[in-house]
Amino acid sequence: MKALVIDDSRVMRRIVSNILVEVGFETIEAENGRVALDQLESHGDVSLCCIDWNMPVMTGFEFVVETRKHPEWRNVTLMMITTEGEQDQIVRALAAGAHEYVIKPFTPEVIVDKLQFLGLVDVKESV
Amino acid sequence: MTLTAETFDFVATLVRQRSAIQLERGKEYLVESRLAPLARSAGAADVDAYVRGMRADITKHDIVVEALTTNETSWFRDLNPFTALRSTVIPDLQGKGRHQLRIWSAACSTGQEAYSIAMIIADNFPSVRANIVATDLAEQVLAKGRSGRYTQLEINRGLPAPMLVKHFERQGPTFEISSALRSQVVFRKHNLLDNPPAGGPFDIVFLRNVLIYFDVATKRDVLRRIRNSLAPGGYLFLGAAETTIGVDETWERLQLGASSVYRPREGKAT
Repeated sequence: MKALVIDDSRVMRRIVSNILVEVGFETIEAENGRVALDQLESHGDVSLCCIDWNMPVMTGFEFVVETRKHPEWRNVTLMMITTEGEQDQIVRALAAGAHEYVIKPFTPEVIVDKLQFLGLVDVKESV
Repeated sequence: MTLTAETFDFVATLVRQRSAIQLERGKEYLVESRLAPLARSAGAADVDAYVRGMRADITKHDIVVEALTTNETSWFRDLNPFTALRSTVIPDLQGKGRHQLRIWSAACSTGQEAYSIAMIIADNFPSVRANIVATDLAEQVLAKGRSGRYTQLEINRGLPAPMLVKHFERQGPTFEISSALRSQVVFRKHNLLDNPPAGGPFDIVFLRNVLIYFDVATKRDVLRRIRNSLAPGGYLFLGAAETTIGVDETWERLQLGASSVYRPREGKAT
């Protein structure tokens, strides 16, 4: 499965990518929403986007809104990963069509938990 | 990779002295899995090397005891039991005319399991009323559960975002669970070796990742007490690495999807 990691910080893209690769994804990256839309277009097989909120050129929120205008991307799972932790922002993102929301900082388990209940990775039970 | 007997004995003795928890031989996997992250972050080659390095350093002893005794807790932990609860267990109880469910979350820690159960019921079974008793030994974790307030890091662990926005409200740096859900959960101090807490008999008991800490005799004793606290037709959930099989044969195991659930066998109750 292919995941698109969207963040203007290269370090953060690396961190998120490493977590996703660990659980079996192939990842591609974009530094803002505009580049991410181009990537979605050129790679027809992206199943997950991990999206920062605040980025130059096009924000993650705008990216979610844009993506949801395209019926052909209906099956792409959208997960915000952002420092924006205000309740109304989470509500806005979900209402715009994001499936999940992770507030930074986070640990790898947080991402894996979310991917499990989104059905994108198998559930491994803890000891 | 297996631990040396020396490492295991040292850790088991340390944990017994500090917490009264018995780690018998055969629990090497538990020591291994709980200490591996500590070993990694300390840059040790493996758990053996880590333990060798920390033996003389008394300041590290607390961390090791804590790693072995603290129940990691997250929302909808392991997911499968909650799927079984929603898809089979509650519909079955409802079909038997039970619309007021008594549920016991044993060794509840800071309450995420109890509130996860409350959310499943609120979101899927509007006609079911839940009375959930959440128990633990430690007053500190009970107080936190009662407060219903969780940090951002705690909220991140396993709580689906749609449930977060539906059932929680942000209060400064913390998220507070709704008073409607909070009113369904009563937190009580309780020792599993005592008589069951008030609030039963229970339709559903969650006792997950607790039995692994006990020797066989204690496991039997705890399971007997749980059995006596269950209502007829009641269900018991254990942790994924736990079972009644080989410990107490008065239980039958049902496979519900990817989760196991236990019920007392007919006519064998004591």
